[in-house]
Amino acid sequence: MVRYYLSGNEAIVEGAIRAGCRYYAGYPITPSTEIMERISIRFNEIGGVFMQMEDEIAAICSVIGASWAGAKAMTATSGPGFSLMQEGIGYAAMTETPIVVVDVQRAGPSTGQATRVASGDIMQAKWGSSGDYQVIAVSPWSVQEAYEQTISAFNLAEKYRVPVLLLTEEAIGHLRERIDVVKDIEIFNRRKKPGAAPFGTEERDGVPPMPTFGEGEKALVTGSTHDSYGFRRTDDPLVQDRLVSRLNEKIINNREEIIDYEDYYLEDATVVVISYGFTARSSLFAVEALRAEGRKIGMLRLKTLWPFPDSLKRNIGARANVLFVPEMNKGQVAGEVRKYVSCQVVTFTQTNGEVIYPDAIIEQLRRYL
Amino acid sequence: MSRDMQQYLRPGLTSTPFCPGCGHGILMGLILRAIDQLELDMDEMLFVSGIGCAAWIPSPHFNADTLHILHGRAIPAATGAKMFNPKLRVVVVGGDGDLADIGGNHLIHAARRNIDLTVICASNMVYGMTGGQVSSTTSVGAFTQTTTQGNPYQPFDLCKLIIAAGATYAARYSVTQPFALIASIKKALQTNGFCFIEVLSPCPTQFGRHNQLDTPVAMIKNLMETCITKKKAKKLSPEELKGKIITGEFTNGAD
Repeated sequence: MVRYYLSGNEAIVEGAIRAGCRYYAGYPITPSTEIMERISIRFNEIGGVFMQMEDEIAAICSVIGASWAGAKAMTATSGPGFSLMQEGIGYAAMTETPIVVVDVQRAGPSTGQATRVASGDIMQAKWGSSGDYQVIAVSPWSVQEAYEQTISAFNLAEKYRVPVLLLTEEAIGHLRERIDVVKDIEIFNRRKKPGAAPFGTEERDGVPPMPTFGEGEKALVTGSTHDSYGFRRTDDPLVQDRLVSRLNEKIINNREEIIDYEDYYLEDATVVVISYGFTARSSLFAVEALRAEGRKIGMLRLKTLWPFPDSLKRNIGARANVLFVPEMNKGQVAGEVRKYVSCQVVTFTQTNGEVIYPDAIIEQLRRYL
Repeated sequence: MSRDMQQYLRPGLTSTPFCPGCGHGILMGLILRAIDQLELDMDEMLFVSGIGCAAWIPSPHFNADTLHILHGRAIPAATGAKMFNPKLRVVVVGGDGDLADIGGNHLIHAARRNIDLTVICASNMVYGMTGGQVSSTTSVGAFTQTTTQGNPYQPFDLCKLIIAAGATYAARYSVTQPFALIASIKKALQTNGFCFIEVLSPCPTQFGRHNQLDTPVAMIKNLMETCITKKKAKKLSPEELKGKIITGEFTNGAD
């Protein structure tokens, strides 16, 4: 085990390299820029390909091109840059291209406050591109987890052939913490099967093997509706339905395997805090302070935001009286929680560009205890 | 398409989607002839295209790796693939709207970086697939669905733009100059650095019918009259050059 002292943004770079990322394209934007700067230096050392592109659209499209050429490829951005990448995310979902997109969330809308924190892109991450598709989105609460989740983001992208979004926040990006790096980490590489249909499979997981450009497979890739060999079928209702269904089902049907979370003191809790990202640090502090007073309070920390852990919510919602969701947005995850539970869901929102302090959460929680 | 070229076409395809009189089928054949004459291995080639009629020239027709990506984004996707695997011979095929309008920023930046790509821009001076709207290469005064009073804006001179941006090679030919065009494509495929060929391609369906050129023959005749070689252009006065399109190679300020 090796110990490092890194910022969240730096840890993402190290996680990416550890996962096998060898292509990065980006465009400067606060507060994600350190990722691009560090990876440009690190790739010089280890032999990866770095491109600073002319905009975020070019960045994500070149990442898609590199992925088909066989690369584990990543881009990182923030705020308005994430909006520009949405069309590319939709294309990657449609063509089942494994890519990792890091969004170091900052206070919006629009240019907003470039150096201040928020978690306002949770819904954009799921619904930002056109049509019905699924992505995987994870959100770390520490520098250590930023490192680990970057690796799992690549693993998930390769395994499910899907864009994976690492939704971190300015506060994690610029936080410096100690991280421990272990030797044995599972790395997943995309499944290849020469000659197999690249966009259809009978396998139960619904994920077809992926060809690589330049290996004589003559891959036919299109963002238009296509059959299992990639031929455009833009007026066939059956092909459209089959494709869209599989793109969704390969994520939804495997969600038990994809979804990761942590729970604290849930056994007897009548009030449960549901929290994620940086806010979960304050939430856990608040929960432990109230536990020390003997309050029946627990916490669920979401490490995966998409696909949404619906069954988890249903179980907790059946036992608890109140679900309390503190967020650095106007209640994006709280709204999603409400879809699955019948108990009271209380939102605690803060959109002033600052992190939520434990005291503020404790004060609010006392009303329900 | 001649049977000799069939080996370069994806098996199972029986027809192209192009309208009668469209020049894109001619261009498709000329690209394949250039590849054939150079004896290139299609397994090492990647064709990237965006959205529009011209994007359908390689996808799905060419029997190689083909990436049909977002509107305007063929060049960045090609950049990613080429930079990660330099062994790939990467060719971008797109229309004027795709490469020069929505993708214009990527075009000039790839030229500036002089990325080793061959970019073939099939320019029909109109948005064909969406029904005939004005594009950045439509000539002044031309009628389209969105310039019913005549186009008030001047078009790009794409070759000048590309050379000014720093590319190694730029050329302009019409599909009515097939042998010069094959030679140009061969040159581009063999030259390192960013190589750009603007190919004038007739669109009687969406451009011609609004501009008194509503038959394929009328459009082809018009192109043959309008397009003149650099050599010929030198002999003409500015008055005589008005409305003409100069074809040939435009490299590194050599002309």
